[in-house]
Amino acid sequence: MTHTLKHLSTLLAQGQASSVELCQDYLARIQRLNPTLNAFITVDPARTLAEAAAADARRAAGNAGALTGVPIAHKDIFCAEGWLTTCGSRMLSNFVSPYDAHVIEQFKAAGMPCLGKTNMDEFAMGSSNETSFFGAVKNPWDVARVPGGSSGGSAACVAARLAPAATGTDTGGSIRQPAALCGITGLKPTYGVVSRYGMIAFASSLDQGGPMAQTAEDCALLLNVMAGFDTRDSTSLEREKEEYARALTQPSAQPLAGLRIGLPREFFGAGLSGDTAQAVAAAIAQYRALGATTVEVGLPNSNLSVAAYYVLAPAEASSNLSRFDGVRYGYRTPEYADLTDLYEKTRAEGFGAEVKRRIMIGAYVLSHGYYDAYYLQAQKLRRLIANDFAAAFQQCDVILGPTAPTTAFKLGEKADDPVQMYLSDIYTIAVNLAGLPGMSLPCGFDAGGLPIGMQLIGNYFSEARMLNVAHQYQLATDWHARAPQL
Amino acid sequence: MQWETVIGLEVHTQLTTQSKIFSGASTAFGAEPNTQACQVDIALPGVLPVLNKGAVERAIRFGLAIGAKLNRVNVFDRKNYFYPDLPKGYQISQLALPIVEGGSLTIRVGETEKTVRLTRAHLEEDAGKSLHEDFHGMTGIDLNRAGTPLLEIVSEPDMRSAAEAVAYAKALHTLVTWIGICDGNMQEGSFRVDANVSVRPKGQAEFGTRREIKNLNSFRFLEQAINYEVRWQIEQIEDGHPIRQATVLFDPDTGETRMMRSKEDAHDYRYFPDPDLLPVRLDEDWIEQVRGGMPELPQDKQVRYRDVFGLSAYDASTLTGSRAMAEYFEAVAAALPRPDPKLAANWVMGDLAASLNKAELDIAASRISTAQLAGLLARIQDGVLSGKLAKQVFEVMWTEGGEPDAIIEAKGLKQMSDSGEVERIIDAVLAANAKSVEEFRAGKEKAFNALVGQVMKATKGKANPAQVNELLRARLG
Repeated sequence: MTHTLKHLSTLLAQGQASSVELCQDYLARIQRLNPTLNAFITVDPARTLAEAAAADARRAAGNAGALTGVPIAHKDIFCAEGWLTTCGSRMLSNFVSPYDAHVIEQFKAAGMPCLGKTNMDEFAMGSSNETSFFGAVKNPWDVARVPGGSSGGSAACVAARLAPAATGTDTGGSIRQPAALCGITGLKPTYGVVSRYGMIAFASSLDQGGPMAQTAEDCALLLNVMAGFDTRDSTSLEREKEEYARALTQPSAQPLAGLRIGLPREFFGAGLSGDTAQAVAAAIAQYRALGATTVEVGLPNSNLSVAAYYVLAPAEASSNLSRFDGVRYGYRTPEYADLTDLYEKTRAEGFGAEVKRRIMIGAYVLSHGYYDAYYLQAQKLRRLIANDFAAAFQQCDVILGPTAPTTAFKLGEKADDPVQMYLSDIYTIAVNLAGLPGMSLPCGFDAGGLPIGMQLIGNYFSEARMLNVAHQYQLATDWHARAPQL
Repeated sequence: MQWETVIGLEVHTQLTTQSKIFSGASTAFGAEPNTQACQVDIALPGVLPVLNKGAVERAIRFGLAIGAKLNRVNVFDRKNYFYPDLPKGYQISQLALPIVEGGSLTIRVGETEKTVRLTRAHLEEDAGKSLHEDFHGMTGIDLNRAGTPLLEIVSEPDMRSAAEAVAYAKALHTLVTWIGICDGNMQEGSFRVDANVSVRPKGQAEFGTRREIKNLNSFRFLEQAINYEVRWQIEQIEDGHPIRQATVLFDPDTGETRMMRSKEDAHDYRYFPDPDLLPVRLDEDWIEQVRGGMPELPQDKQVRYRDVFGLSAYDASTLTGSRAMAEYFEAVAAALPRPDPKLAANWVMGDLAASLNKAELDIAASRISTAQLAGLLARIQDGVLSGKLAKQVFEVMWTEGGEPDAIIEAKGLKQMSDSGEVERIIDAVLAANAKSVEEFRAGKEKAFNALVGQVMKATKGKANPAQVNELLRARLG
């Protein structure tokens, strides 16, 4: 069960396996391991196998694409017709979506059966997957530890090989940080590359869907499916369809000759754990060996990114989550005296503590008399942070640093300290604020055997090139191929 | 003390797009509840708004029509509040950067013209409807209207009486229907007026504290509500109770306004730019294209009617009361054999308007076509019909239908043009009215008119009165 998408695609093409067989294998593994890991909120074998049978029929009819029949798991933030779509919340614990997200439509069109809906932090708010109404996800490398979040279920299921790949979403690091903590590869595309239609909104100006898989090459194949202009999302970018695997090159002596890698000094200071610093340093050495040069760059405003983010994201969230009022769908409190009581009880009972905290922060920063001091100020910081990156990309082609300051922490360790929890996204948040593409890939293990991730940050629309930078590293190393013993 | 009334209006006009402002659902009125609400309108998780360009185009039309500034970049904001008929928990509107700013509208009250300045006009979505009856203590929600495009048009506090407010509301109603951005149907809520009303001692520079009367859906209610509110405010102040800012509702049954909420209960709407929508950019080509498709505006037509057609200001203003009326008038005038806009104007504003009024018909639904009316007026111009006969023909055209010439023929309503026949009748009348003839000869001009009347009566009105006059004078002379 360690197969990459690429490999599964070949098996299917050569007739060595059917989609139904593959899905049965994965479903069996899910059945065995999910009770321990809690990576999935919903598994529906009958539905999965029906989709697999349809994929096999399509292949038999000669209409198969590269990934037809290869199964995938979807983060439970994507609306999928007929599937329970909870967003990790009690508020949507009974919500069966009547429609497909754009991303889901794309995977259906590609013929990729859905293995299930993966667990996540409630409404994608969290960095440990502990805020899920459906319980915490366990890190497959150490079940006493968190998988990261908010796409913790997707990261854990790929790491544990319960699925060959999964979708995730990333608002402040929610693909990259769990990818790092679980030892897999994940990509957050340039804002606007993947349609947000049907992806339940957390912070609209920051949210972006992306692929999570074992390798950069698999991420490229998945991004080919996910990306694309969608008229139903006004922030979706109208660009020509890209082939994201086009820049992936074969191994050679100096495959990255001419590549300039920027090392932001702010990403290597206090707060970064020793093991992570060492692993990233070794990765930098590896890149030099592959022909790249490195240059120190400055992102002087990056220390403000967590503060700016925790104004802007809650502001948008407080408004985005207003629709969950118990009136039309989702959870409704059983007993209420009047309309206000209905609202108050429904939202008090339907949302968890972290979601309520962010709604309150958001309502506060948008309220009369505070808007200028918080929201507008944070928007200005956002521009400064984007300017920092623009200046850095004058000197380099791609930025490299750690994805997260530490490896996976223990369940409950930071649950009562939101600020400590927020700091685990300190290296990833600025990328969302600037709308840039970023990815995380495995670059080693700490003393306790927990995976370490490094982050690559590219300029706008440089996904294909960034994927090759990751791909070349993965051709030269095998961190990404290691799987936890389960 | 002498008091002065100060009024500003906020008018919600529903735009004439086929689909909603942020979704593809239909905007047609009167469908079964919740049958015209798609997944975007009911705010399912994950859905996103997409701006309907038709709504923007209509706002541009309005901005051009009132000579306003069109903000080349304008922004949609979220207005956050909870209500069951507001599915997203926020209304998408425009606060800081509306699409239209400034501009003005000229109104007429009696003989006085006045220019009312506009503050702004912004695009927004309508909410659904809460139905509090028929549900046995529960509330029904109909989301068909949710997401219907509105242009909210805000005036400066430039009006000084209910009459001016009504004149402004009517002029605005004429304009938005004229340029085709709103159907103007007030019963269906396509044109809803909020009035901000305050009073101040005459001569005082500062405004008094205002109260806002919400949701007036007829011009009559607007007038009644303002008049009541003004009296109430003056009484309050004179009794020593200062006015407190509030939102009030007008009850048509009692003719009174009553408090809905005070300023203290006002929401903090936590406005911020909607991150799901990009700023709207208006490029010059688009604006010019919209300008090119604009009809001639009422104010321009009025100038032309006065300067080119020689009509009075009153006639020009009446004829431009609606685009359909102006077009009707122009079509009739254009079809006359001899140019005579005043003749056309008199008939359109006179007999036709009276008949339409009586039948409660809009001019667009007139039973007499412009060609038919022009055909009738042509018979006046060529002397076949007297004005009086023409009225009879018009009456038949209106009640029974038909072409004027056929009616003239069939009913024998032609004016007598054979002077020999008229002369014979005159002789007979003179013979039968020797007394009048004597009186006339004795210098009583009144007697002459009596004789004309007798001749007309004997011809059943078909004689040309001018001809009768002339022949009679010759005979008596």
